[in-house]
Amino acid sequence: MPPADLGPEPVLELRDVSKYYGDRAALEGVAFKVRPGESVLVFGPNGAGKTTLLRTLASLIRPSAGKVLFAGQEFHKVSAAAKAAIGFLSHATFLYPDLTARENLAFTGKLFGLQELNQKVDAALERFGVSDRASTLVRELSRGLQQRVALARVVLHDPRFLLLDEPFTGLDERTSRILEEFLAGVRAEGKALVFSTHDFAQGAQVAGRLLALAQGAVQYDGPMAGAPLAKLGIVGHA
Amino acid sequence: MTGRWRVRRSPSSESLAMRSLQVIWAVFTKDLRVEWRNRETVALMVVFGWLVIFLFNFTLEPAGEESLRVLPVLLWVTFAFVGILGFNRSFAAERENAGMEGMALAPADAGAIYLGKVLANLVFLGVAEVAVVFAASIWYNFSFIPSLPWFAAIVFLGTLGYVAVGTIFGAIAANTRMREVMLPVLQFPVSVPIFIGAVEATTGALRGRAASEFMAGIRLLVAFDVVFLILSYLLFEYVLEE
Amino acid sequence: MNKSAWDNLHLAVTAVWLLAALYMIFLYAPQESTMGEVQRIFYIHMPTAVVALTAYSAAFLASMVYLAKRHRTADDFAYASAEVGFVFCTCVLVTGPLWAKPVWGIWWTWDARLTSTFVLWLLFISYLMLRRYLINPDQAEVLAAVVSIIGFADALFDYMSIRWFRTQHPQPVIAGGPGSGLDPKMQLTLAVSLGAFLCLAVYLIRQRVALARTARELSQLRRQSASKEARA
Repeated sequence: MPPADLGPEPVLELRDVSKYYGDRAALEGVAFKVRPGESVLVFGPNGAGKTTLLRTLASLIRPSAGKVLFAGQEFHKVSAAAKAAIGFLSHATFLYPDLTARENLAFTGKLFGLQELNQKVDAALERFGVSDRASTLVRELSRGLQQRVALARVVLHDPRFLLLDEPFTGLDERTSRILEEFLAGVRAEGKALVFSTHDFAQGAQVAGRLLALAQGAVQYDGPMAGAPLAKLGIVGHA
Repeated sequence: MTGRWRVRRSPSSESLAMRSLQVIWAVFTKDLRVEWRNRETVALMVVFGWLVIFLFNFTLEPAGEESLRVLPVLLWVTFAFVGILGFNRSFAAERENAGMEGMALAPADAGAIYLGKVLANLVFLGVAEVAVVFAASIWYNFSFIPSLPWFAAIVFLGTLGYVAVGTIFGAIAANTRMREVMLPVLQFPVSVPIFIGAVEATTGALRGRAASEFMAGIRLLVAFDVVFLILSYLLFEYVLEE
Repeated sequence: MNKSAWDNLHLAVTAVWLLAALYMIFLYAPQESTMGEVQRIFYIHMPTAVVALTAYSAAFLASMVYLAKRHRTADDFAYASAEVGFVFCTCVLVTGPLWAKPVWGIWWTWDARLTSTFVLWLLFISYLMLRRYLINPDQAEVLAAVVSIIGFADALFDYMSIRWFRTQHPQPVIAGGPGSGLDPKMQLTLAVSLGAFLCLAVYLIRQRVALARTARELSQLRRQSASKEARA
């Protein structure tokens, strides 16, 4: 499959996506588009559908109704190009505990078919300050360091769309700061960022756009500045 | 092997074939490396295989001609149990941090990932089988040396088919509750042709018959290997995607 | 005619047909000369075997369609066929030994047909068990389809391989095919019985598919009422 011509600015889109689990709707008629250069905070109470939304964007969940589009085409038809353009951070780290940090990244790089793999692995580890622990088994790293390796894994193939599900959860202070700096820089690099967090204030610093979810439906989608926080019930968090 | 399939699929294929080979190799070496670090799976398989052989030997006490009748069945039953253990472990390692999802997120051919896992499982089960055969030859006072080439070929062909279905079923069973039970429920019925062909051929080979007499069994194994490797290669995409 | 009227008609036809088959099996068909009355079980044994095989093939075809098109109905149909086929396959395995014991003197032998039927029964079980034991039911359709396709390929293989290697047993004592010298009355009885069981199987599968659809509609209504409540 030759990579499709995706134009200068591919868009990742959910078109009227619903996802049902039996009697429960995790997502209900969600329409959402994100372009490179945007930074979107997905916010909502537990069970609002944040994780389902991010996993659907990453193609790990197939919607019950509606479509996932990449550059205007159905995701599964351009899946090689789409997957190469997406970096997804999940609750699970995707790391093999019995491999070192470097081996984990090298493995991912080979699956992505990256050229000049060694330099890219070094750069990704450097970016999250884990170069000195590159040869340690992931099993022996602290939770915070594992999360940094997981982040390095996500950016390894230089994706244009970063989808981060609760990236701040369980991080030590130092890692938190590194992540904040990283997220702040992402937009300047012309990448798209979609992430969720429990800490609204922390997320609001980074994001230019807010997507508020409740019970699987979009409550608000627009600029962070001027979002009706009180109406959305977010004031208490800010 | 995959290389050629890919070539037929698409004209701009040389690099795709290389990509597939790279993915196969990456998955294969990753599994070997993980196993080398913790040395759990193969050790468990070997010990379990010895236990099964020991229990059979000790309860059956076959000797002479009798042991020639029993040995092929016993070996293949042992291989079957040991294999189940290995396939379950193979995907337990993937489950720890959702490694399968991580692989599904990469723009890599699912079939290539499957073949990488098949190769790794083939090595693990192969090592365990050597240990089992070695123990059997001592405890049963039986020399495999005279029939070794045919015996080895039959064991390889039977194991390849068993691993071909075991790898895709292992990936499926990893998504279930009670997966240790689910895997044999899926695996054993489908493996019936392997047992039939392998036991038939092994018996012929160990008795020192002419190869033409047990060629039907070998043909059955080859046909099974080809059909189920291709089928699973094509279907693995759906397993990984979920 | 609305849907439930069709269902009732189908049910009535099935019932009448089954009664006719029963009448023919026990009163119309002549007694077999060597085996006696027990041979009459053949008119149940053989049709249920045909239904079981057909149902497994139907599940396979529906699974292929599902993977290609992702129609929910195709999956419903595959699941229903597997459930119904499993019941019929169980009938085959129960009626077989009941017939074999007085005629062959044994309950069971690992003859080609018995073995392949037994493996088919195991394949049904593995398919149905997989669907029940998935942690995330969302995966059921696709994974079950994969298992169904591999299982079907294997059933073909089993049949071939078992025929190759286990042919020492004589062919079934009654050859069922046409031109086998079966009495015309026996042939007619067999045909009527086969038709009745197929009709029953189709009825059961249709009901099962309708049930699955109703369950989904109910889920949807529950979701709608839940989201209305939430908005209120």
